[in-house]
Amino acid sequence: MALRPTRSWTLKGLAVLVLAPFALSACSAGSLGSSDASGSAGGTTITWLTGTDEVAQANAKAIVDAFEKANPDVTVKLDARPAGADGDNLVKTRLQTGTMPDVFDYNSGSLFQQIAPTKNLTPLTGKPLEKAVQKSFTPQVTAGEDVYGVPYGTAFGGGVMYNRAVFDKLGLQVPKTWAEFMDVSAKIKAAGIAPVIQTYQDTWTSQLFVLGDFHNVAAANPQWAEEYTTNKAKYATDPNAIQGFQHLQAVHDAGYENADFASIKLEDGMRELAAGTGAMYPILSANVSTLQSVAPDKLGDIGFFALPGDDAATNGLTAWYPNAVYVPTTTKGDKLAAAEKLLGFIASPAGCDALTSVSAPTGPYLVDGCQLPTDVPQVTKDVQAYFDSGAQSPALEFLSPVKGPNLEQITVEIGSGIRSAADGAALYDEDVKKQAQQLGLSGW
Amino acid sequence: MATTLRRATPAAPRSRGRRGGRSPYPGWFYLPAAVVYGVLFLVPTLASFYFALTRWTIFTSEFIGLGNFVQFFQEPALTKGFVNTFIYAAITSGAKVVLGLALGMLLTSQILGRGYLRAVVFFPVLVSTVGVGITFQVLMNPSKGAINAALGVIGVHGPGWLVDPSLALLSVALVDIWKGVGLATLIYMAGIVSIPKEYYEAARVDGAGSWTLFRDVIFPLSWPATSTVVTLSLIGGLRSFYLIWSMTRGGPGFTSDVIASVIYKQYQAGFYGLSTAGNVILFIAVIAIVLPLTRFLARKEVEL
Repeated sequence: MALRPTRSWTLKGLAVLVLAPFALSACSAGSLGSSDASGSAGGTTITWLTGTDEVAQANAKAIVDAFEKANPDVTVKLDARPAGADGDNLVKTRLQTGTMPDVFDYNSGSLFQQIAPTKNLTPLTGKPLEKAVQKSFTPQVTAGEDVYGVPYGTAFGGGVMYNRAVFDKLGLQVPKTWAEFMDVSAKIKAAGIAPVIQTYQDTWTSQLFVLGDFHNVAAANPQWAEEYTTNKAKYATDPNAIQGFQHLQAVHDAGYENADFASIKLEDGMRELAAGTGAMYPILSANVSTLQSVAPDKLGDIGFFALPGDDAATNGLTAWYPNAVYVPTTTKGDKLAAAEKLLGFIASPAGCDALTSVSAPTGPYLVDGCQLPTDVPQVTKDVQAYFDSGAQSPALEFLSPVKGPNLEQITVEIGSGIRSAADGAALYDEDVKKQAQQLGLSGW
Repeated sequence: MATTLRRATPAAPRSRGRRGGRSPYPGWFYLPAAVVYGVLFLVPTLASFYFALTRWTIFTSEFIGLGNFVQFFQEPALTKGFVNTFIYAAITSGAKVVLGLALGMLLTSQILGRGYLRAVVFFPVLVSTVGVGITFQVLMNPSKGAINAALGVIGVHGPGWLVDPSLALLSVALVDIWKGVGLATLIYMAGIVSIPKEYYEAARVDGAGSWTLFRDVIFPLSWPATSTVVTLSLIGGLRSFYLIWSMTRGGPGFTSDVIASVIYKQYQAGFYGLSTAGNVILFIAVIAIVLPLTRFLARKEVEL
């Protein structure tokens, strides 16, 4: 059949029209956020790796803006990493492959020990930038003889956020012992409100009954953390330590949990708390920022109290230290000097003020000279009261590097009624063995 | 009848190299692919066999022999994942075979809208697994999801699909079946239409009803399709990860954990040696199941 030019031209034209966009896709998106060789006007540019969520990025940006104003010759670019276990792996991988940006923030305490700080981080001992850091924080970023980080953010507590309006309406007092807690819960349930909110779609929130109880364990036995690290104390066999697990089971067995505990997330839990359909929510006080974003008008209604143990006299808060900012060994020369300037800024009253301006503090800053403003949320005021009266002690992860990865699943099982507390505690003891052996601890 | 019998599997073609001496010429064509295969697959696999015998912290690795494997089978969380994997694989591959065959028969018959139905059945195969997982997680929400809302309209109180410990794995398996049955149907359709018409005519002449037709003609002659579907869906089921991870993350607790999600959790926790050991176990388990199965299925193949 003779070739008809008109049809073949139409076909060719059609083909070109269809394929042209693919050629455009070859255009790269350009360098998104990667740092240039050097900043404008001969200054230094450094990159700071921080969390990818909105709150983390907003916090870092506030610091960067204030810092660049005070130090016009340094530019700081932000890079992002996910939170949780994915972020842990990313940090470890980038440190191992030497591709970590000039500055990064990460947890302090046991997670800090796991990134091989003596091998991967630049020591900051004795430098002026760490002079203002409070001595209570320094052990959390110390490995061997050297200090490796400065605190970033506020300390916070692990305990129970409660709806003060509900408590006032029912004439209830903040419980100081576990018996009072169950009593209060019974009265709340009788009024048709869910006493305890749980949010098991965010599995990490299920750990609060166990981890937030540590102040009571340490009050009963100050040596417990040490014994735990050397495999002499265990959750399953210690009558004080197992109480965290038992409390969780008791709350489930008494039917005090909200009906949708298995299918909601942190934000939904905050909404229920703010709306008053749930009265108490065991959570970290740092999550007041979530509360602020879902129910900003109800901030005044929500207070905070520490998880009670058996003894009202030793009632106190289990405290978490803030994350820290570190400098990897791959940062050298001008960038190292600029990084140290940034760290010095973060560990100074100017840095604290920059953070306060963008997100509500959730506890005290651990830097000398940093003050909390008077208009912080009620939750923060309650947490600060525990710090002021000295009724607080560090969480286990700051006293011992041993923490198993499966705790959140075990506590979800206990809180869902799948497993008993005794079983769960024994399972967790087995689980931490892996972590201890991985860290090469003696006695395991 | 003068139907010539062809061997079901054609004789292996004689390699060109054997004709007129051993020529290395064909080898050169194979070399680039071999290098890529070796570097990207063989070397990491062999390296992983070594690292499975160590305690690996990404910074150092310490040889501990079979300690990781012992730990894998001692910990209840890990053994539960192992058992769940077999349950999941059996359910999904069994259902895919049965439903795939039924749909294949339906879609090769003369029904209205056959082309449209074929597209609808195959469409889930093409969609991203993670997207499907997230969508169904939202749909299966016990209080706010569309599935329970629809059941509520007809008066049925829908269960907690993904939050009930006894249902979570089954719910994920159901979504997996929905997603994968299109491929099984496709393979069955190809197998069914390749049956020569003479067999149908011969069977009808012999007075066979539709059930006898199915049992004695269609099912045996589409056996290659059946064995392909069983093998592929069993391997896929044993290795399944994305759907489970995006729907339940192995929860609630450990109840819907499978080997792949257990491996990933160990990796997330930084136990790289233990995670690699899990991978080696999965590798051995898949081979131990699929190799004898393939041989069994091939032996039962009826010659066309």
